[in-house]
Amino acid sequence: MSEPNLRVEERPQAASRNRETEVERVEEGAQRPSRNPDSAQAGFETTAARSPQPAKGLDALDTLESESIHIIREVVAEFERPVLLFSGGKDSVVVLHLAAKAFWPARVPFPVLHIDTGHNFPEVIHFRDRTVERLGLRLEVAAVQDYLDDGRLRERADGTRNPLQTLPLLDAIAAGRHDAVFGGARRDEDKARAKERILSLRDEFGQWDPRNQRPELWDLYNGRHTVGQHVRAFPISNWTELDVWRYIEREGIELPPLYYAHEREVYRRDGMWRAVSEVSPPRADEAVERRTVRYRTVGDMSCTGAVESDAASVGDVVREVATSTLTERGATRADDRISEAAMEDRKKDGYF
Amino acid sequence: MTSTDRTLFRFATAGSVDDGKSTLVGRLLHDSKAILADQLESVARTSAERGFGGEPGAIDFALLTDGLRAEREQGITIDVAYRYFATGRRSFILADCPGHVQYTRNMVTGATTADAVVVLVDARNGVLEQTRRHLAVVQLLRVPHVIVAVNKIDLLGYSQAAFSSVADEVTTLAGELGLPDAHVIPVSALAGDNVVERSANTPWYDGPSLLELLETLPSLDELETELEALRMPVQLVIRPQGAVAHDVDDPEPFRDYRAFAGRIASGTVRVGDRVQVFPGGATTTVTGIDAGPRELEAASAPQSVSLRLADQLDAARGAVVVAAGALPIPRRELDAALFWLGDRPLRPGARVLVKSGTTTVQALVPEIVGRRDLDSLALEPADGLEINDIGQVRVRLAADLPVEEYAAHRRAGAFLVIDPQSGATLAAGIVTAPVNDLKVATAGSAGIIRTTTDTEGAAA
Ligand SMILES: Nc1nc2c(ncn2[C@@H]2O[C@H](COP(=O)(O)OP(=O)(O)O)[C@@H](O)[C@H]2O)c(=O)[nH]1
Ligand SMILES: [Mg+2]
Repeated sequence: MSEPNLRVEERPQAASRNRETEVERVEEGAQRPSRNPDSAQAGFETTAARSPQPAKGLDALDTLESESIHIIREVVAEFERPVLLFSGGKDSVVVLHLAAKAFWPARVPFPVLHIDTGHNFPEVIHFRDRTVERLGLRLEVAAVQDYLDDGRLRERADGTRNPLQTLPLLDAIAAGRHDAVFGGARRDEDKARAKERILSLRDEFGQWDPRNQRPELWDLYNGRHTVGQHVRAFPISNWTELDVWRYIEREGIELPPLYYAHEREVYRRDGMWRAVSEVSPPRADEAVERRTVRYRTVGDMSCTGAVESDAASVGDVVREVATSTLTERGATRADDRISEAAMEDRKKDGYF
Repeated sequence: MTSTDRTLFRFATAGSVDDGKSTLVGRLLHDSKAILADQLESVARTSAERGFGGEPGAIDFALLTDGLRAEREQGITIDVAYRYFATGRRSFILADCPGHVQYTRNMVTGATTADAVVVLVDARNGVLEQTRRHLAVVQLLRVPHVIVAVNKIDLLGYSQAAFSSVADEVTTLAGELGLPDAHVIPVSALAGDNVVERSANTPWYDGPSLLELLETLPSLDELETELEALRMPVQLVIRPQGAVAHDVDDPEPFRDYRAFAGRIASGTVRVGDRVQVFPGGATTTVTGIDAGPRELEAASAPQSVSLRLADQLDAARGAVVVAAGALPIPRRELDAALFWLGDRPLRPGARVLVKSGTTTVQALVPEIVGRRDLDSLALEPADGLEINDIGQVRVRLAADLPVEEYAAHRRAGAFLVIDPQSGATLAAGIVTAPVNDLKVATAGSAGIIRTTTDTEGAAA
């Protein structure tokens, strides 16, 4: 696949043409063709047309979007082989949407990487494949199942595969020689993530050292690293769950359908509704019911819970999130309930 | 729906250990309903386990923000933690900065992006050396607004006299440091007085609550956008050359598409504007402003855009697009203040990298002019800068940089000092007016005076 030419070389000695005369000619490229009418699904149609007025008091979403695009462009300009961790979850979908905007009308200039736990929601895998194909991206997949099959990893007693993602992730980063890895993590998700930098240096073992982070000053990002190190880049660090949903609404971004209310066979465990599936069967004492639910996060099926919800449209979800009394992880992720420091421990070990 | 024209405001908190920063932040989040039930429950549980407070059910709000295990266990804050909350008018990003002497770097980190800094003072202790240091950093980094929260006023029986005496100290100090208008508020982070709502316990105080102030002070971009000339450092040049995005149905018109992608650092650009491009200074016209597939008539700081220009200029990353007539003077030598953050000290002759805008160049620090005494802010002679020192230096660059003085233009005058070997960020730097003579800078400390007018001669 031909990747677009994004010129990032350091600046030349001087501008080669130093024309001081008035030039009336408008470049060909300046005449804008109409967009593909099919692209309504593509996530670029804005639901509300906004006036092209200068940005006297940009709203919060515009400001966040600009910051994120700046970060994405900085990483592409300064790194050789970036990759985006893409799960089909809403945060990574938003990062991909921002990347598409950052380089338009060129294609997104990096591949996406999915760490496949094998415990997937089929709708999400379907969405992943369709998105990648539509955008013309290359998809790299690192499968936890391969590691279990050949004994490099062993299944945990609780059946959860989220903690097993770290090794395949690090191997995939090394195999792809990726020096920068985009992720959709947000600081509002967790107390440990609240201390994460936008550009976060990792050693050969992918480890995060929270006591030894680089200070992040102004909007000047220092991405220097040595051989074996890589950088995790979190362009939507400063977004909240509500910002993400408002943006999805504003931009008309498509998501896997399980983010919206639907009927599903579920059972109650750890205070969450868990989907009945091969990888998450109910125990004998857990009663299966049909309920109207939706997912606030989409992760490994064996540890992601649904919430009861009637929010069937993006507008409904925005309203629901705005009035929610639980955090998205508290509501839906068994893995973060293990201890106060669950996320911190996983991050130190090279997790996302 | 709630209003979509809610704006973003970034602020940082600073103060000495135990002044109540974490409690204040927890209180702001709690009272603005940004704390959700599961977070509160987990904090309440931990508070109870630790036997916090006298009253049953009392909550240690600090637990909401102290995110790392070591912090929770030691009851201290190690690293900047970012917090998010919103009111009907604004979304807030708050950087909770630790107060330990050795962690001044976190304060600097928080202050560089802040529209306002809230400095906490324990009403019982008044202004401390740390307060002075924090306000000095705020002044040097030109944070637009400073708010001094005189905390724990509950422990002094909400006494007006006690508050006034601290407020007077603050006003005097702000005057000495040259901080234009510091807002001083009596608060109790623990009890919530004057944090979100104005308190009936302080009838003698008729100013706004902390949150009211944060909701109404103009942000940096609101202050500066209208005033300054356009400046946009080029991050990269977008040329699809056939590899067009999926939503471009006819690639043909984009065959020669070429646009300069960047985030506007200051000012406004409109289609048809005359601009100049550094380096070289070629003048051309803006023919289009793209924000993704949307075409704009105009864009302002801090928007990320792609600019199409009438002429095929051979510019790349590191170039800067500016309003015609506002071309920066290329600089090979800088007078600069450094906030030294590296573990190893800076010595004269050090070879470093300087990152400014979208350019990184090799640099040499031939001379350390002096180190700021943070009590007086005066420069005193120094042969090195240690971690947490603020010093004045000269920097020689291997290539021209289009910088401006930080006092006139924050984003054009800020730079990083980077260790070329380890890649570590060694210092936050700001371009200053020339400081040639310690006598000029110190105004009064007539001690040793070195005359260093010739940077070439002083090079190590
Ligand atoms: N009485 C009273 N105690 C406070 C107030 N604010 C904080 N504290 C207490 O002061 C101690 C230090 O607070 P903390 O927020 O951890 O301070 P930090 O080190 O600045 O983050 C804790 O025991 C708090 O409960 C206040 O307004 N009034
Ligand atoms: Mg604290």
